Amino acid sequence: MKSLEELKAIRERMQSQVSMRAEDHNHTRVVVGMATCGIASGARPVLTKLSSLVQEKNLTDKISVTQTGCIGLCQYEPIVEVMEPGKQKITYIKMTPEKAEEVLERHLIGGHIVEEYTLSGADIK
Amino acid sequence: MYRSHVLVCGGTGCTSSGSQQIMETLKAEIEMNGLTEEVSVVQTGCHGLCALGPIMIIYPDATFYSMVKVEDIPEIVSEHLLKGRVVTRLLYNETVTPSGNVKALIDTDFYKKQHRIALRNCGIINPEVIEEYIGTGGYEALGKVLTEMTPDDVIQCLLDSGLRGRGGGGFPTGLKWKLAKQNDADQKYVCCNADEGDPGAFMDRSVLEGDPHAVLEAMAIAGYAIGASQGYIYVRAEYPIAVERLKIAISQARELELLGNNIFGSDFSFDIDLRLGAGAFVCGEETALMTSIEGNRGEPRPRPPFPAQKGLFGKPTILNNVETYANIPQIILHGAQWFASMGTEKSKGTKVFALGGKIHNTGLVEIPMGTTLREVIEEIGGGIPGGKKFKAAQTGGPSGGCIPAEHFDIPIDYDNLISIGSMMGSGGLIVMDEDDCMVDIAKFFLEFTVEESCGKCTPCRVGTKRMLEILTKITKGQATMEDLDKLEELCYYIKDNSLCGLGQTAPNPVLSTLRYFRDEYEAHIKEKRCPAGVCKALLSYRIDADKCRGCTLCARNCPNNAISGTVRNPHVIDQDKCIKCGACMEKCKFGAIYKK
Repeated sequence: MKSLEELKAIRERMQSQVSMRAEDHNHTRVVVGMATCGIASGARPVLTKLSSLVQEKNLTDKISVTQTGCIGLCQYEPIVEVMEPGKQKITYIKMTPEKAEEVLERHLIGGHIVEEYTLSGADIK
Repeated sequence: MYRSHVLVCGGTGCTSSGSQQIMETLKAEIEMNGLTEEVSVVQTGCHGLCALGPIMIIYPDATFYSMVKVEDIPEIVSEHLLKGRVVTRLLYNETVTPSGNVKALIDTDFYKKQHRIALRNCGIINPEVIEEYIGTGGYEALGKVLTEMTPDDVIQCLLDSGLRGRGGGGFPTGLKWKLAKQNDADQKYVCCNADEGDPGAFMDRSVLEGDPHAVLEAMAIAGYAIGASQGYIYVRAEYPIAVERLKIAISQARELELLGNNIFGSDFSFDIDLRLGAGAFVCGEETALMTSIEGNRGEPRPRPPFPAQKGLFGKPTILNNVETYANIPQIILHGAQWFASMGTEKSKGTKVFALGGKIHNTGLVEIPMGTTLREVIEEIGGGIPGGKKFKAAQTGGPSGGCIPAEHFDIPIDYDNLISIGSMMGSGGLIVMDEDDCMVDIAKFFLEFTVEESCGKCTPCRVGTKRMLEILTKITKGQATMEDLDKLEELCYYIKDNSLCGLGQTAPNPVLSTLRYFRDEYEAHIKEKRCPAGVCKALLSYRIDADKCRGCTLCARNCPNNAISGTVRNPHVIDQDKCIKCGACMEKCKFGAIYKK
């Protein structure tokens, strides 16, 4: 290694991987329903999309993406729940990888809830 | 990119309870479920809770599975990794609240009061991948030192931090480096003492297994500070995992040119080699260690000259312990003030302890200096099993002493422990309860020193042998009060006249048990009685005729046919035949057999 820049480059590449293993109460938790109903309606690509985006954007120290079992609203799967510390839980329904990316950009980074995809806001009648 | 990391402990404790097979099964199951692209399996160093191994932690949610078996793996993969349903029955029970919720690992009693500096990467990173160490800020301290600091700055930083040697002596590390820097020489050496040999101690071993690069980085920093270009790590050959990971770490660091010539484009060049020790306890003593590296028989020599003047191959040398080194990169990165803000007035920072003996959470803990023994044993350690009463804690191994119950609230630091006749030592902490005999414990440690004495100086070679003979007499009930006086006199004589630390500290276990538990010694001598019921020669097994129902179970289980009696009539133990194995007492369903 001949310069600090080389070291920094390796660090940046590895940081998002390693910081996933930190424990922090102030994490925003993004939970994807991955029960049979969720998997059947396409939750896995949503999960992998969210997880890779968070790592690509070096957000693993703030956001953790995990999965959970059946939430009980099987007809609305894939479901993604966003739990920010000290705020009310937001439930997004009928997600796709594209919608998930939008939620990440507008809600998790931008701070604006994407009303049209939420359980209360989406047109589900 | 992986969405989940499964960390499996690859420390010595979990490896011996089968973590390698778990890793293999886990990888196979993950492949079968098509998750290879999504889930990464990482082998780490010790997490600390060795009693509950093998340990597996799944991130990002930090789910902590304990005592995992190979049969559990398919369920963990299909339920947790695929469907996101935590397998509650396999969780570490402390992380499950009474209402069934899962709480974070850092909120459990075991981890809550810990503060991890030397162990910060142990159980978090894969020690065999240098990039993971760099990902947590590794080698940045070395980069900072080489580009922004002069050797004097580095030494001043360590002096200000108040870091003291973690091998047991507690000598200020900065001062050691300063002395070595002041001596001009064409060649100087940096050595690392990884010859951890106290019975029940595994702190340094766990650091080497879990975070070997931290030690390499710190040694390079030391090389820059004192002007050395060569380092040696003296590690025991009986630590195979540590040796293997060190070899991998050194070759990776060389490959990335973090060891070698002109590191970070500076004028500074440094390399490290391993030297394997054959497991002689005396080689943990600094002069003996260096003699052994030189290829000679590991025997100590008189000081002065101190290693800082004439050490390895007659050149100025510094020798620090593994844990001391592991603290240094963090001190450089966060500053001396940060480190000095932790701990007590004269003992800064944290200390790693290996908890063992009669305690629930056997394992590895790192606590800020000044934490009380009560907090360590009752809160972090989870208390003593079976509702038994705490009697004493032994620190410092064969060189240390006992802390009795009356000092249970003493804040642990170097000076407090010395003031009550014990010592910090390298960090072994063995908990003893009411069933342990203090004379027997002292005898155990003396057996160890007699075995390990190198034989060079008479006080140690002959003195410890005589001490052991007297202790043996006491435990057999054959000693007189004069023997006890002689024993005490010998202690002071050996302490004052031995050549090296091994002999000088060998009487400590006897002196400190004499100080706090003299009544136990006297009970052995005057009453021919072992109060804890340990010393076999002094106890006999008897049958209470009122309680015995004559079931014959004891007689059938006695290996030496020492019990006689007829069915439904009280039995009797023939004391001449009894070998005091205790098998009868274990088998008796009526509690009719007792020790006297």
